[in-house]
This record gives sequence, structure tokens and C-alpha cells, in this order.
Amino acid sequence: MFEAIAFYLFAFLTIAMFSIAVLTSQALHAMTALAAGMIFISAFFFLLGADFIGVVQIIVYTGAVMALYAFGMMFFDTTRGVKEKNANSMIVFGLSGLAALMVVIIFVAPIVSENIGAFYPINEAVGNTQDVGMVLFTKYLVPFELAAVMLLVAMIAGIVLAGKKMDHSLTQMSEEEIELMRESNKKAQL
Amino acid sequence: MEITLNHYLVLSTILFAIGLIGVMRRKNLLMLFFATEILLNAVNIAFVAISHYYGDLTGQMFAFFVIAIAASEVAVGLGLLVVWFKRTSNIDLDAMTSMRG
Repeated sequence: MFEAIAFYLFAFLTIAMFSIAVLTSQALHAMTALAAGMIFISAFFFLLGADFIGVVQIIVYTGAVMALYAFGMMFFDTTRGVKEKNANSMIVFGLSGLAALMVVIIFVAPIVSENIGAFYPINEAVGNTQDVGMVLFTKYLVPFELAAVMLLVAMIAGIVLAGKKMDHSLTQMSEEEIELMRESNKKAQL
Repeated sequence: MEITLNHYLVLSTILFAIGLIGVMRRKNLLMLFFATEILLNAVNIAFVAISHYYGDLTGQMFAFFVIAIAASEVAVGLGLLVVWFKRTSNIDLDAMTSMRG
């Protein structure tokens, strides 16, 4: 009973918050609603017994991702001069059809796949965090390391892209302009 | 009143549809990033719910990697947004037509 009440309460709150995030025209309202929705989603993870993912959700999304978005919003007046217009109707029709198809597949798929067995069963003897750690560092070690390398690449890309002296792009300059820039850089170093 | 896997899958579908509506109607690049975050979170709910109801940890592992991908997407995407804003002082998606495709 408690689980049902919690599920419906958080489902309502999450849908309301994400609707605000999608439909409002104020960027600050959208960002705040999105951050609240992320925290409400972590409540589902705690309800489902996935404590570790719930904590990671709060730390990564509301801690890191939302801070980055706040940075992107407050250092640059990003909402200036952007008018929300009606999208191309063909794209709207296509995506709506795709969404409807997805709803049908999601309702049909549990009926089709009745005979699913657990690949890595949940170990009841230990807690969720310990269980996640044991599976992550044995069966999923290679994807874990690849994710670590991907995060490193993303971090370097973020530093390089948002760092200083990156406001001129080599891909949009002509060859002569690039040569001129190299010459001036050499002179500046001497 | 038992909460079953289908409840969570329906919730995940609704949230994914909200994200799709956002992707369809947003013209601001930053708001488009918000909508993609909603899409990724909707999928995460489905993964963790399936993991719980089938007693299998694989769903939680995939949700974990989806969070890692979302974090790196934000880092690179915001870097590109900052570069584009410095050059054009505008992040309207309709104005990004430099490739003339």
C-alpha cells in the first residue's frame, strides 16, 4: 500500500515537473523543474531497491549536470533572441508516429518475452551497493573501463572547447588566414 | 493494489513522450539538451524497473552506463554550445545552417 501511494505520488510529481521543463518559455523555470524531476526520479530507484543508482542519480544529475547547465545559462545569455516557433509539421507527424509505435511495442514486449531468465541474479545476502560493485568489477569490467576513457575524453573535449583562444575555428578559416595566425603566434613567442 | 512492472513501463513511456515533445518543439539548443536528459532518464526508469522485477542486475548496469554517457554528452555538448555562442551570440537551432545541406 505504501509502495502504491509513493509510486503514484512520485509519478504525478515527475510528470508535472518534466511537463513544466518541456513546455515553459523561461529557461530558469525549465532548469529548476528539470532538477526537481531528477530528484523525484531517484525516488523510483529507491522504491525499486536500487540504492546505488539512486544515489548516483542525485549526485551526477542534480550535482554535476545541473551545475553545468546553470553555468551555461548564467555566463551566457543563452535565451536571448531565440523565439519558439511552430516546428515543421512533417517532423511532428513523423515523431508522433514513432512515439505511438514505441508505446505499442512497450505494451506488447512483456507478453512476447515471457521466458526471460536472470543473467546475473540479485544476491539477497549482500546489500545493493556491494552487489552492484561485485557485478560491475567482474562481468562488466571492460565496459566500465571504456566508460572511464569516454569520460576522460569528454572532460578534455570540454576543456579544449570552452577554454580561451578557442573562439576562432580552424575549420571555417581559409588557408591564408591559418598561415597568418601561425605567423603571428610565432612572432608572439619570440 | 500491487505496483507491477507494467506500471513502471507506462510511466517510462509517458516520460519518454514528454521528452519527445520537448525535442519537437524546442528551438533553443540549451532547452533541447534538457529534453534529451528527460529521454535518457525515462529509459533509466525502465531499465531499473525491469532489473527489479526480473531479479537481474544487468538493467542497473545499463542504467549506470547511460548515466555516464549522459554526463559526457553534457560536457561535450555544452563546450560546443559555448563555442557557437561566442561566435554568433545566438543559439537558435534554425540559424545553424552553415553546412548548406
